[in-house]
Amino acid sequence: MAKDAFGAKVKEKVNWPVTILLLIGLITIIFPLYMAVVIAFKDGMSTDLAGILSLPATWSLDNFIEAIQVTDFFNSFMNSLIITVVAVVVSVLIHSLAAYAIGRNMDRKKLFKASYYFIIAGMYVPFAILMMPLVKQTAILHLDNMVGVMILYVVFYMPMDVMLYTGYLRNIPIALEEAARVDGASTWSTYWKIIFPLMKPMHATVAILTGLAVWNDVMTPLVIMGGSGVNTLPLAQMSFQTAFATDYNLAFASYLLAMLPMIIFYIFAQKQIISGVTNGAVK
Amino acid sequence: MASLAKSKVGAGRDKTFYAILIPILILFVAFNTIPLITGFLYSFTDSKGYGAFNIVGVQNYIDMFSDVRIGNSYLFTFKVAVVATILTNVISLVLALGLNSKIKFKSAFRALYFVPQILGALVVGYVFSYFFTYIVPALTGTSSILADPNLAWIAIVVVLVWQSCAQTTIIYITGLQSVPEDVYEAGSLDGATGWNQFRYLTLPLIMPSVTTNMVLVMKNMLMVFDQIVAMTSGGPAQSTESISYLIYNNGLSGGQFGYQCANAVIFFILIAVISILQTRFLNSREEQL
Repeated sequence: MAKDAFGAKVKEKVNWPVTILLLIGLITIIFPLYMAVVIAFKDGMSTDLAGILSLPATWSLDNFIEAIQVTDFFNSFMNSLIITVVAVVVSVLIHSLAAYAIGRNMDRKKLFKASYYFIIAGMYVPFAILMMPLVKQTAILHLDNMVGVMILYVVFYMPMDVMLYTGYLRNIPIALEEAARVDGASTWSTYWKIIFPLMKPMHATVAILTGLAVWNDVMTPLVIMGGSGVNTLPLAQMSFQTAFATDYNLAFASYLLAMLPMIIFYIFAQKQIISGVTNGAVK
Repeated sequence: MASLAKSKVGAGRDKTFYAILIPILILFVAFNTIPLITGFLYSFTDSKGYGAFNIVGVQNYIDMFSDVRIGNSYLFTFKVAVVATILTNVISLVLALGLNSKIKFKSAFRALYFVPQILGALVVGYVFSYFFTYIVPALTGTSSILADPNLAWIAIVVVLVWQSCAQTTIIYITGLQSVPEDVYEAGSLDGATGWNQFRYLTLPLIMPSVTTNMVLVMKNMLMVFDQIVAMTSGGPAQSTESISYLIYNNGLSGGQFGYQCANAVIFFILIAVISILQTRFLNSREEQL
């Protein structure tokens, strides 16, 4: 609340023109989603615009039930969920640990400093150059499956996560660890008992950033396990695209189903997601 | 004695740190550095991706420069990336200024404008593909821009901007919030209001956010892939083949494994050089201000 020259509270004026402009602008966000919803609930396609965009006469779930069967929704959903959860948990555990070893030694030991820049440089490596050799490599190692995809995610997000964790670690005073050491605690137990819990805000950021990226990623599962019959949610959408060629009602029901888990998650964890994405980018 | 004991403990600590670092480094090297090196080596071969191959030296790199399809994919990717990066940043900055002003329903607005960020690019691409194929032509009475080799890139830009504004806006809002209120108060005494206030006070102070956003968005846009798969598959007439899409398509199923590895090496170097130059350039502008 603003105060006037005498320190009295002044009620701030609401900027209504901007509020109304923002409201109008929201159409651009809502329209594509509205279109998806009304088409998904309808039966058959209208040829004129009004018919396409009008609310359905009856809200039928038939398209959704069919889409669940056609895309094998629950299997793809479970695969996506397993891959994302494992990739996120392993990333949080391993990347924070790596950052701890690097961050606490990079000022005194060349190897750790070099390792830091070596890993961070991975951010500039586009997937396009790794993709072709990785297809061969994972096939040879029998990792052309979900396990391989999870390992790759842990490696791909290492540069970003290590950078975030190392940055965060600078704000944690080393005195805490020294006190624990005087009490006879090993480096290992000091880390898990003191440092790991202190990095909780950064775990949230890393989990959100890694989780969002992994959940929505298409390219990695496509090249590593595409055609194996095992689908993630985005892959299922791709594989059944031909089945949808003529049936847009079914297609949109399927698209909505694919978006639904993330939308539900967003409704519940909106603040964490927004701040996670912000912290990750601003460092 | 005391110092001996201390150094022993120190050595034990170092051991733990090495025991952590080395396995993680091995993992990183195995799935990042080694494929990078293998890709580089394959770029000197005529490998189809299977069977025997010959070493052809730098022939792939020479061929690339006279390859119209590759040339067009670079032109398309850079055109889309530059236009989409500028549009995303301008729109996001305007949106952030609006969302940061004294409006009603502030948090609801912010939450809704952020929604595109959480949705998968592939599915969003499918939805927009329908939008450009049926809704827009019905509104304008023209044929779909997705079927027009000269205009299809615009549809790609629209979907890219629609999705990337969310994160970019949030970063700008954070930047705007870091500007202390008294800067504006002091500025308004000097007559800095409206556009002047933005130009001479706000913009210089949020330059770090501009740097972050320009680099981040540009890098993402240069790697565009999902939207191409969902909306055009590189068509019509190969007019929307992005670099990543061409490498994927021809490298993995077009029998050009070695050749597209050479393409990927050039692409990698370009991404690295652009990101570094952009950061340097924008950072130097920050310091001047």
